[in-house]
Amino acid sequence: MNCKGVIREISNYIDGELDPAVKQELERHLSHCEDCTMILDQTRKSIEILCDAQPVELPRDVHDRLHQAIREKFSRRTN
Amino acid sequence: MFSAIVMSQKDLLPRWRGVLETLSTPNPHRLPSSIVRDDEQSLVSAAKKGDARAFEELVSRYERKIFRLTSNITGNHEDAEDAMQEAFLKAYSHLDSFQGASRFYTWLVRIAANEALMRLRRRRPGMVSLDEPIQGETDLMPRELEDWGANPEQRYAQSELEEILSEFVDKLEPEYRIVLVLRDVEELSAEETSEALGISISAVKSRLLRGRLKLREKLSRYLRLDVPN
Repeated sequence: MNCKGVIREISNYIDGELDPAVKQELERHLSHCEDCTMILDQTRKSIEILCDAQPVELPRDVHDRLHQAIREKFSRRTN
Repeated sequence: MFSAIVMSQKDLLPRWRGVLETLSTPNPHRLPSSIVRDDEQSLVSAAKKGDARAFEELVSRYERKIFRLTSNITGNHEDAEDAMQEAFLKAYSHLDSFQGASRFYTWLVRIAANEALMRLRRRRPGMVSLDEPIQGETDLMPRELEDWGANPEQRYAQSELEEILSEFVDKLEPEYRIVLVLRDVEELSAEETSEALGISISAVKSRLLRGRLKLREKLSRYLRLDVPN
């Protein structure tokens, strides 16, 4: 496997979704290619950073309007 | 390829070899989402029988994540709120049709993603197509090849990182953005993402690969060691 092949499979490798034979071939390449190893490490790190830097916040007014709309839906259904 | 970099980073090889073992383990973010609690099924059953409080509990549990999802897809506050509200109202109206074959949260994400996509397409007609094949592979090869050092994210405040990521997500082409958000932020599996968007699993994987590589390129401009902070 060459660098292009590694890049093509990097995402599947990170997700643990490669066939064992392809995984072995990819790891053989990684063992001697520092650039592909660096790209793999950084891609993995990037996913973690993306995940951690996504705030899970809901503005109070948005929350209030949502629950108001849902209660109106409830009352229409029961009436 | 990469020969110039190879020459300049010879001394890094042992360190990269050392992290190989860690890198080859499945990504912890791929584990089933921890947001789904054991009592989800009983809440859904109660809501189906008309228990309004059970449905409100489900709303309270997922509203933040659904709003984050619709915000990430639409990139517009007003559309995000509309899409989220419509998604919950539709979920309530169609609760009887939810058979429990998938998780309730996944079902909800599918509804919300569709509502958000609809609004995005309305704003950008003809520009959002998820099922068209991606042409060529030349754009796959990374351009930014610089060392980030250890714990590069610690060189930035959390708010700075959030700003960088928010700008990246907003500017990323919708076909990559939606898949990246569903897989790596909302932690849906490739199968669930495929089901939610009505595209093949291979299309999900191909868009995810490109989205992730673009994310790395973007972050590299900030996290490389030679960037003054």
